Amino acid sequence: MNLPRRAALSLALLPFAALASEDALTAAIRAEIGTATPQEGGITLRVPAVAENGGQVPVTVLVDSPQNAERHVTAIHLFATRNPTPGIASFKLGPALARAEIQTRIRMAENQMLVVVAQMNDGSVRRASAEIRVATGGCLT
Amino acid sequence: MSANLSTPRIRAPRSARMGEVVEIRTLMEHPMETGLRHEGGRPLPRDMLTRMRVRMNGESVLEAELRNGTAANPFHVFFLRIEGASELEFTWTDEAGRVARATHRISLA
Repeated sequence: MNLPRRAALSLALLPFAALASEDALTAAIRAEIGTATPQEGGITLRVPAVAENGGQVPVTVLVDSPQNAERHVTAIHLFATRNPTPGIASFKLGPALARAEIQTRIRMAENQMLVVVAQMNDGSVRRASAEIRVATGGCLT
Repeated sequence: MSANLSTPRIRAPRSARMGEVVEIRTLMEHPMETGLRHEGGRPLPRDMLTRMRVRMNGESVLEAELRNGTAANPFHVFFLRIEGASELEFTWTDEAGRVARATHRISLA
């Protein structure tokens, strides 16, 4: 985790206001996909509209892809817009996966967006996001 | 930090037909402590699993890098296409380099 120095300082000084900045989110996405420009769509996100417990939010990511030799998803990355740090998880998909689907459970500090970025084998990148309202924060409590 | 990683739990069928798609569910008990939380005014030390790897007959089928936003007791579900008797190997690695391992065999029905 390479937080900019200023962000690291503000994390130390303001633990309850510690939020991933827009810059940190952009940098985290760039670290995974480089200079590629993501296209919106082609990803189905199943998330609760309201998460009672931000510490355990169930998430299903399904990328529309045949997963054959010609066309398949190589990686799926999950980010949070307003957690203390943006990274949630990155998945590299092998050829034996029947479909480009991952179910997991994530942490959400407060109301925010889940951002999912999928890399295809032809180098193209897709992006989708979903709003999640959080009743009880799951990162700092 | 606990002395040892706990035993992973895997739920998957014991047999499948050729070409069948099977659901694999994995649960690994772990606090996934980010180091950002406090208890009684003191920070809780960081203790994170950072990697999960799944191999089928030696070939990688899923590799995950787990970051701060992954919930405690990481739980994952994914779907595999079975093309023959399959030996699945699951490993989780924490930041101290400790590894928890599990295996599961799916035979052809």
